[in-house]
Amino acid sequence: MRCLTNSGKITTDVGSLRSEIRDKSVRVIDVRRENDYKQDHITSAVNLPLANLLSDDSPERVLKIFNSLGIDDETRVVVYDDTFGALASRVAWTLEYLGHSDVTLLETTYSNWKSLGLENDSQIPEIQNKEHSMNLQPDILATSDYLQSTIDRDDVILIDNRERLNFLEQHIPGAISLPYRTLATPDKILRSKEDMRRLLDNRGISGNSEIITYCGSVGTLSGLAYYALKSADLPNAKLYVRSFKEWKNLEKPTEKQEDANYWDLSAE
Amino acid sequence: MTVSSLKQSRPNSLKPKINWARSEEADNFAKTVKLFRQGKYDADSFRRFRLQHGAYGTRMTSDYAMVRIKIPAGELFPQQLEKISQLSEQFSIGSAHLSTRESIQLHWIVLEDVSEIFRGLAEVGLTSREACGNSIRNVMCSPLSGVCPDEEFDTTPYALATAKFFLRNPMSQNLPRKFKFTFTCCEKHGMVRMVDVGLIPQIREIDGTSQRGFKIFLGGGLGNKSFVGYQLEEFTPEDDLLYTSIAVVRIFDRLGDRKNLARNRMRYLVNEMGWEKFQNLVLKERAVVRATQSVITRLNVNHTQDEIKRPIRISDESGMVAPDGYARWFKTNTMKQKQSDYRSVFITLEAGDITASQLNALASLIRDFSSEGKARSGFSQNIALRYVHEDDLPRLYSKLLESGLAKSGALTMTAPIGCSGTTSCNLALTNSHRLAKEIQRKFLELKLDEDDDLKDSSIKISGCPNSCGQHGIATIGFFGGGTRVGKDMYPNYQMSLGGRSDGDTMLGQICERVPAKRVIPVILKIIELFKQHKKSDDTLQTWIHRVVTNGEDSDMKSVSDIKKALGPLVIPPTKEEDPDFYLDYGSDTSYHTKTGKGECAA
Repeated sequence: MRCLTNSGKITTDVGSLRSEIRDKSVRVIDVRRENDYKQDHITSAVNLPLANLLSDDSPERVLKIFNSLGIDDETRVVVYDDTFGALASRVAWTLEYLGHSDVTLLETTYSNWKSLGLENDSQIPEIQNKEHSMNLQPDILATSDYLQSTIDRDDVILIDNRERLNFLEQHIPGAISLPYRTLATPDKILRSKEDMRRLLDNRGISGNSEIITYCGSVGTLSGLAYYALKSADLPNAKLYVRSFKEWKNLEKPTEKQEDANYWDLSAE
Repeated sequence: MTVSSLKQSRPNSLKPKINWARSEEADNFAKTVKLFRQGKYDADSFRRFRLQHGAYGTRMTSDYAMVRIKIPAGELFPQQLEKISQLSEQFSIGSAHLSTRESIQLHWIVLEDVSEIFRGLAEVGLTSREACGNSIRNVMCSPLSGVCPDEEFDTTPYALATAKFFLRNPMSQNLPRKFKFTFTCCEKHGMVRMVDVGLIPQIREIDGTSQRGFKIFLGGGLGNKSFVGYQLEEFTPEDDLLYTSIAVVRIFDRLGDRKNLARNRMRYLVNEMGWEKFQNLVLKERAVVRATQSVITRLNVNHTQDEIKRPIRISDESGMVAPDGYARWFKTNTMKQKQSDYRSVFITLEAGDITASQLNALASLIRDFSSEGKARSGFSQNIALRYVHEDDLPRLYSKLLESGLAKSGALTMTAPIGCSGTTSCNLALTNSHRLAKEIQRKFLELKLDEDDDLKDSSIKISGCPNSCGQHGIATIGFFGGGTRVGKDMYPNYQMSLGGRSDGDTMLGQICERVPAKRVIPVILKIIELFKQHKKSDDTLQTWIHRVVTNGEDSDMKSVSDIKKALGPLVIPPTKEEDPDFYLDYGSDTSYHTKTGKGECAA
């Protein structure tokens, strides 16, 4: 029920997570910074700060990290953060890329969890190393070369998940703008399936097209969008994990909304 | 069990009395956009449909829209601000914009997302229906109605009832052009002589009983050509309010110019016909309306008094030391109400822009500090929190500081109005929006908001001659354009002086063309001239009024004397001497006037 197969669940609700923690049938990963984690975290959770993963996200190293967190092929994993699910998504996607099938996102953020008075403490659990196999899933990854090869294809949809002003200023040619905030509700990191489907359908994101998501630099906001698509039964999604930062560094073509001073409308 | 079922409900918020929304309009809009994109709906019909639903076009693109959320009578409830905050983050640029007509605009919305905005608005009873297009636009009311010391009675219930009567009314779905109502509190706070229908409350004593009614002004308006409205009759009893409104709308519908789109506001009809003829027509039409309407057609004016209840304080703040800047803010941002112990607090924004997090903060502050539990959008791209108990003001100020909303000067000349200009408007020639912000930042730095001589003056800026920035009624008004020196262009503004919108409403007199990058020095020079020539009890506003009405006896007798004194400031340098002079604010590429098609008249 909680696997990321095509019909699987994307998020785990708080009630289910609480009972799985009681049953000790889940590995919970907290991807916040180490200091925040040490202060308090969801009971039994282990810590994997996103920066740690990003410092070298080669499959070999990442596999070792997950092994050290006591995760093997059969482990049920739930990931959470305090950044509207974006950091958690990047970690979940990485697990999925290694070939792990049973990983979901907590439906809400840690702040929300805590404000509801749900179980948390500062205990750091003892973890036994496990052995996860390596079964890479290149289908869910988009590289810059791959992306460039799809730019003129009508059956590939490219989604930019950065904020609207950044999109207007500069984006990959042909991308459509779907800011990450659009995906969430005030309580949950993702809208309900029905709402998500309607929203995406209005934007022409439906059917069997291949969909590639990207954001500013490391595939977090677009990682959340990757799961948003899956939650709406659009499984044919890829994450351009190096995102716009790499695209610009490679001096690939970009587009801009010309002849308007939209930045001056912002009150920031 | 999901997080939603565990979540505690938000603190009790006052519920709006009127639900303006129809949730089915969201689905209908989404469907129509799809049909339009599939080519099954022609562009002209689609544009009319889109405008009727409050989605306006955006500069140089058909992919984006601006959604103008109507705020009838300016009444804003906390949960509505929170929803607008959420929508601005999800679908817009993370900021919202308060308009000069008390609406709230969300810009740069993907056309396909507009229906999602409608859906969100409907959850809190708001609509953008008939906020654009040839319809009856947001019905305005003075932000001080109900608290103004000079008002005869509170017109808010009448403004709401008028809005309710005309919204989605078949009578106002296809007018020759847009049509605007403004209710005010008193002559001083005005704004009723430059709108299609403007109303001031008035009480008449007849045989010892007092009767409510209005002074009604017709045929005013600001635009490419502006006109001051005329008073229909000495006193219009409240029972005649609806009949008069219907009569005027019917005459406009019948006789307004449907061919010449540039001259089809009602003010042109009044001007061409002559006031007396138009006045007679209205009075006759009203008699017909009165005679042929069934008695049931009445305005549904809700006179239930709002509950005024000071929010409960948990902590004791009686000994609180006011933070730095409090005295200045108190002086320039708050106003005494007719109710003792209460003040109205105006929030200083920059050209009406407010961030999503500030909207959320404001919602909390309304709940915590306003004894009426709601706020008002104001006449000058701002928001007023009313019924704040005087003892709570220092605490409110420190809360405003936390959210970056404590800037001073809201009720002074240092808070200029700037239309959206080239930030989003198809018609704009200059970045009037940024210019307003630049003036505000500079003038607050110079502490001009503390100068009592400048307090009752105003600066208003439009990015083109069409007056959305209301330059015609400003003490110092500007509208944008471009000028050429050889092959190079630079942005400049036509400056007018002496406009006002109170009981002595008049349009400003054209003075001089001022290059965009010289606007600030020119205003400072005018202030300097005023200080040299003022009489002891003069304000900048009274002095300029004397100059434009030929009552000044110093050597600054007329607008052309001022123009002469400003001369050296407006001479263009060469591009080599000062390349920045040739750039507009917010732009680092060479200036050119570029416009798309306007939709006001569509």
